[in-house]
Amino acid sequence: MTVEEVYQYLCELLGEDRILGLEAGARDPFVIVAPESIAVVADVLKNDSRLSFDHLCDLCGVDWRAVPERKVACQEPRVEVVYQLYSFTHRHRLTVKAKLPRWRDETEKTLPEIPTVSGVWAIADWHEREAYDLVGIRFIGHPDLRRILCAEDWVGHPLRKDYEFPLEYHGIRGR
Amino acid sequence: MSLALEDPRVIEFDVRTDEMLVNMGPQHPSTHGVLRLLLRTDGEIVHEVVPHIGYLHRCAEKIGENLSPPQWVPYTDRMDYLSGMNMNLGFSLAVEKLIGMEVPEKAMTLRVIAAEMGRIAGHLVGMGAYGLDLGTFSPFLWAFREREIILDLFEELCGARLTYSYVTIGGVTHDLPQTIQIPPGLAQLTGRPFDQRLSWIEACRLFLDWMIPRIREYHTLLTTNQIFVKRTAGLGVLTREMAISHGCSGPVLRGSGVDFDLRRDGEQIYTRMYSGYQYEIPCPPFSDAPPEVVLGDNWCRFYVRMNEVAQSLRLVSQALDRYPTAEGEYRLPFRIGQKLPQDECYLETECPRGAMGFYIVGDGSPIPVRARAKSSSFCNLSVTGPLCRGILLADIPAIVGSLDVVMGEIDR
Repeated sequence: MTVEEVYQYLCELLGEDRILGLEAGARDPFVIVAPESIAVVADVLKNDSRLSFDHLCDLCGVDWRAVPERKVACQEPRVEVVYQLYSFTHRHRLTVKAKLPRWRDETEKTLPEIPTVSGVWAIADWHEREAYDLVGIRFIGHPDLRRILCAEDWVGHPLRKDYEFPLEYHGIRGR
Repeated sequence: MSLALEDPRVIEFDVRTDEMLVNMGPQHPSTHGVLRLLLRTDGEIVHEVVPHIGYLHRCAEKIGENLSPPQWVPYTDRMDYLSGMNMNLGFSLAVEKLIGMEVPEKAMTLRVIAAEMGRIAGHLVGMGAYGLDLGTFSPFLWAFREREIILDLFEELCGARLTYSYVTIGGVTHDLPQTIQIPPGLAQLTGRPFDQRLSWIEACRLFLDWMIPRIREYHTLLTTNQIFVKRTAGLGVLTREMAISHGCSGPVLRGSGVDFDLRRDGEQIYTRMYSGYQYEIPCPPFSDAPPEVVLGDNWCRFYVRMNEVAQSLRLVSQALDRYPTAEGEYRLPFRIGQKLPQDECYLETECPRGAMGFYIVGDGSPIPVRARAKSSSFCNLSVTGPLCRGILLADIPAIVGSLDVVMGEIDR
């Protein structure tokens, strides 16, 4: 199935309030999904016999924020969670995206939240830990959400655009 | 009839030892780098394995958000440092897909030569190190003898022996050199004078002709060796469902019976490199496997790798045939300050250790917003926990070694 056909099919199954849109003009066309229903959508994507996306190639977070050094302005500050899927049965690919606010409140203290898909694809367990560690996304219902690449007591999420490198870590000078 | 527990001869079998937490690594010879496994053991039986990674984390993705793509190519070398060529290729192709560039035939032929030679070198280390894990030293020395010649050839090609940055955006950095001095290892093994000068293609062909018969020797030395078979066959069985759910790729996935190789099944921008080449994709069940072998066990994964070496030798040989008539330039221009489109793309390529994916997001400036490297070893390592449940402590190196992970790629 092409991405357009997958999008139409998903809309019929799950409705417009869960499947928010399709970006057909991108180099890899992607489907935008409402963050709170990602677990339901993932379950359909994997278990529906016409879709059967049994392989989660990649899951990562992208932080969008205006950065002064960049000459190009960012219009819409957000955090995206990007899922790359492949089906060994039908040999088709799909990119799914969920857009989250950068923080859950104004004070910029609490991380944005999205339901986990680790119950659908086992590898999502580690990928979500990495996205939590580096981008700072909290996956609700994850069995063991702790840092995976950075040290356990590390502060901050390095792939955030406004991340500040620590001046000191256990007596080691940062800069 | 008395109870077995009342029999003084069998009471010792009922003794339970205390559970113990054992740290294996991060400086353990059989963990292939800085992998730390936390084992919960009861005597010799391992109940639970928790891998801890991140000891080699070098913030490659963060660096990628501050450099333009040609500047980031050397950082990809340091991900899977045993097959830098394939890492360069994966990233270069992803950027080319993003900007819509199609490289000429000559560049593609050179890339096939580089990538497949890199695959041979990568699998040779995987094979030799796996022998070390299982307690035999000779295969390691043999593998490094062969790899040395490949590295010498790469050195003549691009000047580097480990971190090549040879494949770059738009093609490759250099054409094949006209005349080189024969690599000393090759001269010694083929009985030629050490000061002989010949073209790169001739030297490469000399290596291929010498290497092809060696594969059979490896099979005698390791693959069909009874001790090796007993240590690997029927152990660490990874089922097809588990392999797919854990996102495994490359030889680990194929070892579980999934016939999938991105060189054939990948995206067009990658598969067009390999169109017209004759090669097979080894996938179990193998007709020549020993009877103890189970689909998806350590032995299958190892045998897939060994067969891939033979197929890569075929591919290099065909690419060398094509090279003299290949059309076009070896490199298309791509400036360091060239702007990336406001677009994004994801591309996976078949690296020796599995499918390496690069996800690049551009916003109209020369520097990407996000440069994501999805590591194949990362996914392959995630099956360690389920695979190592209820096995003997001594089998852990055999299972982790058969996954053939490179920590530089996992931690990035």
